[in-house]
Amino acid sequence: MAGTPVQVTGTVLTTRRVDAYHALTVVAPGVAERFRPGHFVSVAVGGPRTSMVTRRALSIHDVKPDYGGTVELVFTATGPGTSWLAERRARDTLDLVGPLGRPFPLPRDPASCVLVGAEYGAAALFPLADALLERGCRIDFALGAASADRVFGAMRARRMAETTTLTTEDGSLGLRGSVTDVLPAVIADTHADAIYACGPMETLRAVTAVAIEFDIPVQVAVEEAMACGIGVCMTCVLPVIGDDGVTRMVRACAEGPVFRGERVRFEDVGTIPFDALGAPGGGVRNVG
Amino acid sequence: MSVDMRTFLAHVELANPVTTASGCAGSGRELAQFFDLHRLGALVTRSITMAPRAGRPTPRMAETPSGMLNAVGLQGPGIDAFLERELPWLAQRGIRTVVSIGGGTVAEYSALARRLTDAPGVTAIEVNLACPNIEDRGRVFARDGGAAAEVIASVRSVMRYDVPVVAKLSPDVADVVAVARACVDAGADALSMINNPLGMSIDVDALRPTLAAGTGGLSGPAILPLAVRCVWQVHAALPGVPIVGVGGVMSGHDALQLILAGACVVGVGTALFHDPYACLRIERELEELLQARGFHRLADAVGLAHRPTSRHLLVDSEESSL
Repeated sequence: MAGTPVQVTGTVLTTRRVDAYHALTVVAPGVAERFRPGHFVSVAVGGPRTSMVTRRALSIHDVKPDYGGTVELVFTATGPGTSWLAERRARDTLDLVGPLGRPFPLPRDPASCVLVGAEYGAAALFPLADALLERGCRIDFALGAASADRVFGAMRARRMAETTTLTTEDGSLGLRGSVTDVLPAVIADTHADAIYACGPMETLRAVTAVAIEFDIPVQVAVEEAMACGIGVCMTCVLPVIGDDGVTRMVRACAEGPVFRGERVRFEDVGTIPFDALGAPGGGVRNVG
Repeated sequence: MSVDMRTFLAHVELANPVTTASGCAGSGRELAQFFDLHRLGALVTRSITMAPRAGRPTPRMAETPSGMLNAVGLQGPGIDAFLERELPWLAQRGIRTVVSIGGGTVAEYSALARRLTDAPGVTAIEVNLACPNIEDRGRVFARDGGAAAEVIASVRSVMRYDVPVVAKLSPDVADVVAVARACVDAGADALSMINNPLGMSIDVDALRPTLAAGTGGLSGPAILPLAVRCVWQVHAALPGVPIVGVGGVMSGHDALQLILAGACVVGVGTALFHDPYACLRIERELEELLQARGFHRLADAVGLAHRPTSRHLLVDSEESSL
């Protein structure tokens, strides 16, 4: 059954450093066979007697059929939970729930797609690139980060894509600047039909602005802090415009993490827009 | 021999004592991806409000030592959408459903109760008294026995008598027993304790409160002792009133503490964020613990810690600090 999440106790197969990031390969059969590009997993951190009660949502970088199905998770150690994860070694076990979220929609016919990744958000683009290539799509990568060691997957992108454009803020790799600075040129050169983007909210906002300018569809995978990842805690919401034109506070985990870029109200992330459904003092009220 | 896990929430029989806690089970569909919801004692919905609510801005969540803060702000679709989409889905499947309601005025609570009176599939009503009373400068109903009693009386008066009314109490009060007594006197058939106590966390990098709303409700293992204390005090004062013990239950061991303190039903909240199967695991662990202690019926353990015991027994079970 595709999409239905499962909870599994996975065994860590390998751990490695990828530039500034950590990568864990975990044997997780139920998760691997249900996976589609864009899905994520949530991982319990700290062990069985931990004081850390919330799970950590991690994007899936790679899925392989080996050992009944493995998933590779890429993350950066920013707090006690991810630092604990970074200390895992081969044969340790991990409690995983997945695959979670809504995956990337894929074009029906072969199309030219630009894949934009900032920092380790780029990790989620590689299984997407595989799926697009299988469908006969042309893919082009634009990857960026603050510095050379934070650009994720440059080598692999070069092997897979027609072109790969790299940017760093400090100019230590590729072009100096942000990934969105080069995006208009990449779109023009590749005659792109669609854009897929992963990374921080600010990057997604800028990518969406470029896509709107070129009038091509853009799918973005948002990063929001989540406590559960399965849609029950209601903490990972952001304002998104629905098919009916009404803005709702939707969950990044259950309704996302992939959204059509132009539907996400990036300027209003972190607020409740006055015209959102159920916004205080305004919006579409339904007072009985 | 297995333990008889049946319990009563007022006069309604539940197959087992483990329910979800309000606001921690989504609409039911999310957990149904993992297991059959019939295996729950009951599903408690998020607090349903009259109008749709967008809730609070993000960040809404912060992890704290052995717990988490949340400031979701009762986000939900409103009673119309709930009656149209969410409740029928649960009712058609025959899932025991406790509907939590929240409002800003007494009239809003009674209007909500009226809308639910004839709705099929409502096992009980839980009245979330931790909502700000907009008629009283935003002071929450649960802070004041009089205001809480007024809400309970208004809900009780319009609700069918075969549907129990459960008052959900907050621990952020000087005297939880006084509020509990006021609610029972006003017609509450059962009490649920505890709602999240208020807490706060500061982001020391941003030099700002971590939550957009500033303060938030504290949940998780950090509040279990607070819940046990409230259940204990209220059961001691009102031994005949059924109590739903909620707050920081992560294991069967935690659930048993609440039961021994006087709860006959146990709500599981934050544990569901960590483990979607938490309710089933806790129920199984609870049954094993009861069995290991020679209980044949869960009901025999309810409030048992209040039983006077000899000094000799107490000394035996205590670890010496000397």
